[in-house]
Amino acid sequence: MEILSLLGSGMLLAMQPLNLLLIFVGVTVGLFIGAMPGLGSVNGVAILLPITFLVPPSGAIIFLAAIYYGAMYGGAISSITLGIPGASTAVATTFDGRPLARQGRASLALVTAALASFVGGSVANVMFTLFAPVLASVALSFGPPEIFALMLLAFATFVGLGGDDIPKTIFSICLGLVLGAVGFDQISGAPRLVMFDINGFIQGIGFLVLAIGVYGIGEMLWTIEESRGEVESSNPKMTMRGMASDAAEATREGWKGATIGSFLGFFVGILPAAGATPASLMSYGVAKMTSRNPKEFGRGKIDGITAPESANNSASTGSMLPMLTLGIPGSPTTAILLGGMVMWGLTPGPRLFLDEPDFVWGLIGSFYISNLAAVLINLAFIPVFIWMLRMPFSILAPMIFVLSIVGGYAAMNDMFDIWLILIFGIGAFVLRRFDYPLAPAVLAIVLGPIAEPTLRQSLLLSSGDMSIFFTRPIAGPITVVALILIFLPALKLLRRGGAKRGDKAA
Amino acid sequence: MRYGEIATAGVLALFSVYLMWKSAELPIGYISEKGPGGGAWPFWLSAIMLLSCVCVAFNWWRGTSPLSQSDAPFLDGHGWRMLGLVGGGLIGFVGLIAVISMYGAIAVFLLYYLRFLGRHSWALSLGVSLATPILFFFFFEGAMQITMPTGLPFTDPVFDFLYEIIY
Repeated sequence: MEILSLLGSGMLLAMQPLNLLLIFVGVTVGLFIGAMPGLGSVNGVAILLPITFLVPPSGAIIFLAAIYYGAMYGGAISSITLGIPGASTAVATTFDGRPLARQGRASLALVTAALASFVGGSVANVMFTLFAPVLASVALSFGPPEIFALMLLAFATFVGLGGDDIPKTIFSICLGLVLGAVGFDQISGAPRLVMFDINGFIQGIGFLVLAIGVYGIGEMLWTIEESRGEVESSNPKMTMRGMASDAAEATREGWKGATIGSFLGFFVGILPAAGATPASLMSYGVAKMTSRNPKEFGRGKIDGITAPESANNSASTGSMLPMLTLGIPGSPTTAILLGGMVMWGLTPGPRLFLDEPDFVWGLIGSFYISNLAAVLINLAFIPVFIWMLRMPFSILAPMIFVLSIVGGYAAMNDMFDIWLILIFGIGAFVLRRFDYPLAPAVLAIVLGPIAEPTLRQSLLLSSGDMSIFFTRPIAGPITVVALILIFLPALKLLRRGGAKRGDKAA
Repeated sequence: MRYGEIATAGVLALFSVYLMWKSAELPIGYISEKGPGGGAWPFWLSAIMLLSCVCVAFNWWRGTSPLSQSDAPFLDGHGWRMLGLVGGGLIGFVGLIAVISMYGAIAVFLLYYLRFLGRHSWALSLGVSLATPILFFFFFEGAMQITMPTGLPFTDPVFDFLYEIIY
């Protein structure tokens, strides 16, 4: 009861006119920043941080949290309408969101993504309110072996994502991981994999460079070539009744994915090193694995949108938990929020709930209001996003190319990266022609910089003994499940081969 | 596509070997009290990439992959033409950024694509290719405070004028 009364007073604080205005402005700004390829919540929060000195600390953090919420909703928009994931958290949304949009059902995809994000955010808010201190201590029990086991589990779900050609999928995963290792060795600081001695590689290869190359350039070249340059621009209809029926279909077909994404996403989100990207990917993988029709995934399945979208929103709220209760940021955006809190004279950590209850509960209350505001504003703007899809393809295609190059430069500020985007784009086009799946590479480049240090720290702890991943109570079961998932497709193929030989012999 | 698949696997295998060689510039084994060397992670991953290429080649030899039985060309005449016109346009776009600025290059690329590849009217092509970079300028430089390349010095007067508006 005490929690409810604290939450009630927090919500009242969040609903004060100034804070309510900040929430609506923050969510709208965040929605458009998130929808822009190359810009994500981290840009919005970082750029608008100085503005927050004009309002009291509670209003400031509410404003930044609203931007964060808006951007998490917005990430799905470019994934669905343009096929370019604006942020790593929205990569998995392209798998089914884009095919649905190309079938002329972009409205359904956008409504589904908005509602799934709302469900994910709501579940996470309730979990946050009820279990914050307990979950923070669970997250702390995750050391390097546990985090690496979790990464292994994420890679295992990639194998399922890549289709039947397992060697090509494994190649793609390893390519993404190796590209993620370019630059500096994180532990010794020595330059590593500086290819052809080109200095540009010293700063590493960012996720966005590969993602924009693969999805913004490679995918577009492939679409233009396959369609002979005559892509029919989809002409999605948009009416209030249509949106209501889309919402009903999204609920009917996507509840399972949303349930998986909301709970799994929150749990992965609270782990300090993980975050919304592995959360959305793992939720997609689990939704596909537990589906009765896994082959429908990748062709516009509703569960394929609800799982990652609910997960990335749930994980974003979850990643606030270690920041507030322990002072450990779970993502780059929460790291900036943490910096902001320190600047406003607040000390994140276990005592924050006791010392600054108004601030903490005002923030938690604002999560609920921001989530509601985000879904309403997102739904209201869907006709604008749909309008983009009505453009003739011969206008949309060069716009996507321009957005890819400009977005890539805005994020990296380096022309070398723009040339890399082009090279990756043309390379992706060629590899796609030869059936190499590229989504695993894009996701692996995000997770590689988390997986490598945790593997090395784990092996240092065990003096090189790999059994550390099997003997610890949390890491052990996760590792075993991951290995089963990795070897399951291979076993299936062997069984299928055996059955064929048996048929021939008969 | 049949020979293309094995040729691609060969090129990727060579790339994997190159990555293994580059990774081995740092220690790739376990160093006592320091853990795995800095090159170990990329080295062994590149080794798995090489092994995957061998498996792709083996599947090709057995004829189990769909592409190993395909007689279709990698790209037909239209495909090569598209790759040349669109890919070439993109290379030209990125190359022009250092000369006439990001915004100038956007205008030229959009005009090229809309008018010559998309065959849209001059009015629409010019309208879109001029409005887009102006909109982008005020969004990125004004609202987001992200500076884009301004090209060679001869573009300075234009940018001085535009910066005066936003600052």
